Amino acid sequence: MDILPQLIVSGLATGGVYALIALGFVLIYKATHIINFATGEFMMIGAYFCYTFMALAGVPVLPAFLLVMVCAAILGFMVERVILRHMLGQPVISIIMVTIGLSSILMGLAEIIWTSQFKNLPPMFPRAPLNLGVAVVRSNLAYGFIISMAAVGAFALIFKYAKAGVAMRATAGDQMAAFSMGINVKSMFSLAWALGGIAAALGGVIIGAIGGISPTLGAVGLKIFPVVILGGLDSIGGAVLGGLIIGVLENLAGGYLDPFFGGGVKEVAPFVFMVLVLLLKPYGLFGKEEIERL
Amino acid sequence: MEDHILAVNNIEVVYNHVVLVLKGMSLKVPRGAVVALLGSNGAGKTTTLKAISGFLPLENGEITDGGVDFDGQPLKGLAPHQIVRAGVFQVLEGRRVFEDLTVEENLACGAYTRRDKGGVASDLDKCFAYFPPLKKRLKNLAGYLSGGEQQMLAISRALLARPKLMLLDEPSLGLAPLLVEEIFGIIGQINRQEGTTILLVEQNAQMALSVSSYGYIMENGRVVMDGPVERLLADQDVQEFYLGLGSGGGRKSYHEVKHYKRRKRWLS
Repeated sequence: MDILPQLIVSGLATGGVYALIALGFVLIYKATHIINFATGEFMMIGAYFCYTFMALAGVPVLPAFLLVMVCAAILGFMVERVILRHMLGQPVISIIMVTIGLSSILMGLAEIIWTSQFKNLPPMFPRAPLNLGVAVVRSNLAYGFIISMAAVGAFALIFKYAKAGVAMRATAGDQMAAFSMGINVKSMFSLAWALGGIAAALGGVIIGAIGGISPTLGAVGLKIFPVVILGGLDSIGGAVLGGLIIGVLENLAGGYLDPFFGGGVKEVAPFVFMVLVLLLKPYGLFGKEEIERL
Repeated sequence: MEDHILAVNNIEVVYNHVVLVLKGMSLKVPRGAVVALLGSNGAGKTTTLKAISGFLPLENGEITDGGVDFDGQPLKGLAPHQIVRAGVFQVLEGRRVFEDLTVEENLACGAYTRRDKGGVASDLDKCFAYFPPLKKRLKNLAGYLSGGEQQMLAISRALLARPKLMLLDEPSLGLAPLLVEEIFGIIGQINRQEGTTILLVEQNAQMALSVSSYGYIMENGRVVMDGPVERLLADQDVQEFYLGLGSGGGRKSYHEVKHYKRRKRWLS
């Protein structure tokens, strides 16, 4: 049997989840120009929220998802309000160090609260794998993909049409002018962090449902860097396409090259690709180009 | 007593805790009037506007003395977005449209503080009546508009906020003379038809005085002269230094060799 369609389809499914997590990064970067290195840990904490509600408190799937989103929004909001608000106007490198520190803190907190033991999320989707004819997709992956794409679509609609979404984009474009419109720029920052937190946490729940959770789950978050660099740091469409491309790419590389190298290619391929993109197109494939009026 | 919507009372503004930019600046804007604030580069005109609209803290500036009263209430301690809600809307220097938003979205941002959808819709129609070119470009990115269209968009955003007081910072900047004339005509119309009070900062004194009823002239961080427009226009110093007229009242000729330069009669 030809493995190509199978590799592509499951690659696309994984890529959809990457896209959602990358979106969590992009939302924050777009509105506040902060590179959030703790995105992976937001994801991991989101998965643990889900574990707490479903496995420990016995909440059914749908309410549990809603609770996870609420808690993730509060987490994102608090992180901005308590920590990053005070870093306004500081050098980029300091802010990056703060987010890296934050990722360690969140990881430590997760170990303290939930211990470092590997845990499985309770099954939340129907078991039967999805048969697409050319390929078969595990049910977790298939439902994860559907949820991811629905979430990404919802975020894109908010950003495009909602009043707060337009105000967020205005803030991203010109903070002083946004202030002059009567937009509360600081609350836009909070909102961006809350939304970013939700996106990352949902991604975390899906990744956790597929492969189980542990405090080091955040390492998967590193994969968003190839995704956002490919797609452009501030482009939602770029995050989606980048996610899908990276998902397919790592699956293909893993499927075809692993036999020759004895494994591990799947993990490395996205980063090799990232370096290539940076060399050839430093602004990413879909990154914003400044409009120059001549 | 006259009804003043805005009173700037003897304010002192310091940037970065050391640079004294405004040294006892005062001005009053009567309700429903157009008041011009003139002066050369660096006189402190924009700083005065920013002191009113609350932008100073964003640039590490601070009002260290005096205060600004709007509609009888002190504006002290309000954040910029709260001042907009109070009814003061500043059109920033250099237009500052949101370049990667469409014209329509830019306009929506102007109406950000408003809750009455019907009112916004009818104000939007007014904007298109004042500035017909905008209507055809609603779906275009604002960054691709011409300079004139961007200025129209910037003023339309202000109109949509329905402010009691509009602060206009150099609306003539970088525009062709014909366009400047058109924009100033519309500024006059907005004042008369919408009843919006306007404080106008300009380098183009001739244009500014043509729509205003009262003028202030600033130098080095304070007002050096003020009065009704007729009196300013008749003043020899204003004619010489701001309107480019010769002492005879005609257009100044640079062919005549000048042996001395008229000194300003005020101390600055």
